[in-house]
Amino acid sequence: MFAFRLDTAAGVPPYLQLVQQVRQAVLLGYLGEGDQLPLIREVVEQLAINPNTVSKAYRQLEQEGLATPRPGVGTFVTGSTGATVSPATYSALRKRLDRWLRDAHAAGLADEEVSALVSVARRELAQEGVA
Amino acid sequence: MSVVLEARGLGKRYRSNWALRDCDIELPSGRVIALVGPNGAGKTTFLRLATGLLRPTTGTVTVLGAEATADSAEAHAQVGFVAQDHPLYKRFSVADLLRMGRELNRTWDQDWAVRRITALDIPLTRRAGELSGGQQSQVALALALAKRPRLLVLDEPLASLDPLARREFMQTLMSAVAEPMSGDEELTVLLSSHNVADLERVCDHLVIITDGRVQLAGDIEDLLAEHRVLSGPNTGVLDHADSAHGDSTIHATRGDRQVHVVVRNGGTQVMPGWESHPIGLEELVLAYLSRSKVGDEPVRRPEVEEVRS
Repeated sequence: MFAFRLDTAAGVPPYLQLVQQVRQAVLLGYLGEGDQLPLIREVVEQLAINPNTVSKAYRQLEQEGLATPRPGVGTFVTGSTGATVSPATYSALRKRLDRWLRDAHAAGLADEEVSALVSVARRELAQEGVA
Repeated sequence: MSVVLEARGLGKRYRSNWALRDCDIELPSGRVIALVGPNGAGKTTFLRLATGLLRPTTGTVTVLGAEATADSAEAHAQVGFVAQDHPLYKRFSVADLLRMGRELNRTWDQDWAVRRITALDIPLTRRAGELSGGQQSQVALALALAKRPRLLVLDEPLASLDPLARREFMQTLMSAVAEPMSGDEELTVLLSSHNVADLERVCDHLVIITDGRVQLAGDIEDLLAEHRVLSGPNTGVLDHADSAHGDSTIHATRGDRQVHVVVRNGGTQVMPGWESHPIGLEELVLAYLSRSKVGDEPVRRPEVEEVRS
């Protein structure tokens, strides 16, 4: 069974944390097509979390085409997040990122500084409407 | 939105002291609602008015369509209440308490109650006074839930519990919310707390009370989206609120050089040199709690629009 976790200090809304964890698990291959996601009441029991939050996360996954509900049974993983990105593109991007990270570390940047740099760059891109 | 509780001009005065005043609010059904405020803000008074345990000095409070008064059996049957420190008759055994619940309530699900207590490994023969604090809170919660209320009111349910007991308590509570009820009825939970961190993962609706007045009410997600934190140079004059943006300043934290301002309904545009950040629940609550304190900030009273309907 897929296990969710919740980081209340993350500043990310709880429902979004659940969505991101499923997306990431699909990307990393921990979840695949046809796998069943935990029932809402199982997630509620496990995390002591509001059931509305879990249903909201599952609805979002459905909208993204990442999960499909089967009434009376549960919610199942369908499709994959990588559907719009080919494996070749994905691995090329990953290689460039690895190279960049190595450069950053070689230049003496600590992990924290790397994260800060990425956050700032993403924020500025978002403001330009790119991401 | 279907409404579980509606207060109109609700107020309660003890001698010359108003514990709650001018309270106009509607609470949506099927939610887990957090009532937040400092000690003495009027939270307990509001909860006791909502459950009919207190008679209002002014105005009315309607719960599930019926006015909440002490003699309204109809309203009582649908409302569960767990008072602060979840008091139980200490000399009663757990089985006695269940029997009392069965005798005193019109609706009562004995099977559910016994299953719940058994699942918690609490012996039915044990006296309430001999249970741990966490177990006592679980028994009090099971008693309140066994009557199958449509509105469950909890006054500071977590205050006296250790972290593990808190989690177990919330697990039981959230499972009850997730459980389907008969027909299309849904359970609404209204709980008070002064600890925001406890509430983040369980509540989806927020009411902030300070000094006997409702300062803010709404769906947490909407409220977070409506507020921003603006950070910029402390020029001494401020406020960002006085600028052309038409923001409504809730609270400002000033450093020597920098100032952080919590604003409501601020646009995404900010003055040059200022940054705009999303706000977290704890920061939002603290901004409203700090603003009502008498200090260097001007004390603003909420405007009509701030009490969402």
